[in-house]
Amino acid sequence: MKIDTKDVLHIADLARLALTEEETALYTEQMCNILSYVDKLSALDTKDITASHQEASEGAALREDVVAPSLEGEKVLQNAPEKANKCFRVPRIIE
Amino acid sequence: MDLTSKTIAGLSEMLQKRELTSKEAAGLYLERIAALDPSINSYITVTTESALADAEKADKRLASGTDITPLTGVPISVKDIFCTEGLKTTCASRMLEGFIPPYDSTVIKKLKDAGAVILGKTNMDEFAMGSSTENSAFGSTLNPWAEDRVPGGSSGGSAASVAADLCAASIGTDTGGSIRQPASCCGVVGLKPTYGRVSRYGMIAFASSLDQAGPLTKDVKDAAIMLGLMAGRDNCDSTSIDASVPDYAGSLQDNIKGLRIGIPNEYFIEGMDKETEGLVREGIKTLKDAGAVIVDISLPHTEYAVSVYYLVATAEASSNLARYDGVKYGQRVDIGSGLIDMYKATRDAGFGAEVKRRIMLGTYALSSGYYDAYYKKATDVRALIKNDFDEAFKTCDVIATPTAPAPAFKIGERTSDPLTMYLSDIFTISCNLAGLPGISLPCGLTEAGLPTGLQIIGKFLGEQDVLNTAYAYEQARGPITQKPKL
Repeated sequence: MKIDTKDVLHIADLARLALTEEETALYTEQMCNILSYVDKLSALDTKDITASHQEASEGAALREDVVAPSLEGEKVLQNAPEKANKCFRVPRIIE
Repeated sequence: MDLTSKTIAGLSEMLQKRELTSKEAAGLYLERIAALDPSINSYITVTTESALADAEKADKRLASGTDITPLTGVPISVKDIFCTEGLKTTCASRMLEGFIPPYDSTVIKKLKDAGAVILGKTNMDEFAMGSSTENSAFGSTLNPWAEDRVPGGSSGGSAASVAADLCAASIGTDTGGSIRQPASCCGVVGLKPTYGRVSRYGMIAFASSLDQAGPLTKDVKDAAIMLGLMAGRDNCDSTSIDASVPDYAGSLQDNIKGLRIGIPNEYFIEGMDKETEGLVREGIKTLKDAGAVIVDISLPHTEYAVSVYYLVATAEASSNLARYDGVKYGQRVDIGSGLIDMYKATRDAGFGAEVKRRIMLGTYALSSGYYDAYYKKATDVRALIKNDFDEAFKTCDVIATPTAPAPAFKIGERTSDPLTMYLSDIFTISCNLAGLPGISLPCGLTEAGLPTGLQIIGKFLGEQDVLNTAYAYEQARGPITQKPKL
């Protein structure tokens, strides 16, 4: 699988990462290497596999939807980089 | 024998007989940490004040003689991935520098309730991504056996702190080998339980379908003691298994006559370190001499495990790490040009190179047009890997393999080549993909004096079989007399 810097910049945008030029070049090369290594999976026939691992795994459980106390507001906000009026404060979104 | 080198069981006996107070024990470890940890950097944070307060509480409990567990008053370290109320938790990332969790993870709560004394938070690869602890934002941990070598990872600080007697025991997390591989590199016991055996609530997420917490200890009995106190259903983690927790330590026994141990030929590969192979084969012979029946088995999809892992784990990581956006906690870098740029600048400044690489890879594997070819394909092959184990366990009770293909490598040796680094996990990853329990046990030193690990893998919820096999090996092998020279 060949990917180029344009692909890498697109993925970085999806992942909300601002990459430097050096990082972009490095990741393009390294991701090419890793993706050509994992390409060996395409040689395997998997068309008969119906249940994914998650569906088949044990332990998943449903519970009644009951109201229970959650973390107090003060604690929720204690690590906020910026807060105001018991809310997380973020840069302006709508002009 | 130096008190700091004692096991949990050994210390607990002294504490209960009041030959030693918990405060004295904590003091001894804290002094040793102050003297020796600067040379190996196994702790990110030493929590002196709260440790002494925990110890005082434990001493009262020990004096009252009621509600005592084998961990009451015993000083331990914990990986800096577990949320600890009021104690900073960094996950070895600049992103979480200064983060003080408002609650305890379930595992920490259970250990505190048992009376454990937490000495501090141990070093690790950032967000548990790595096999060498070199990806920590707070400097590498050095291997106590050879300070030019890595301690393994990602729970390298935990493994090193146990090996260097800077705690009685530790807890780590294992997503693709992050407990077992460092245990192997540092010559300690490391147990990854069945997926869901231990609650993941409050354990900072890397890859949610693979992550599992477990103990790193000085011997097998201690691993059994710790697991018994950590395991169990938790309503805060819907993937935790609703099955009773056996008395692992009380049921420990070393009679393995007739136990069928499978040896997969795929785990003795060309290019693996010859000394490692020799020591592991000797370990298997020890088990055979103790009465086990050795069975040849095959796990034919082993060669695909690393590929599956680096698609599934990175995909889950890219999703899990989306939460670090500079809004709710952690670092924020606002360059004044709006919300999206704030996200990007924050994540660029907060994450290290390996974390970014994995987020990129995972985002790619999940992105439109590539999802079926990568993520879906990987989850399908994961099912094949799981089937391999189901087939193998029709003819054996447990499986024995090397933990890693070679002893600890030199610091800096693999940092420039991520793929070579990823291959360090080649023997541990399948266990996580299949959700099975696995333990790494010290099985001898190489001529250069580096520890080697023997891995025992069990069936779903087969921790007791794994522990008993490990215990039988440990009894037959005899005590380890060498210690790292610090």
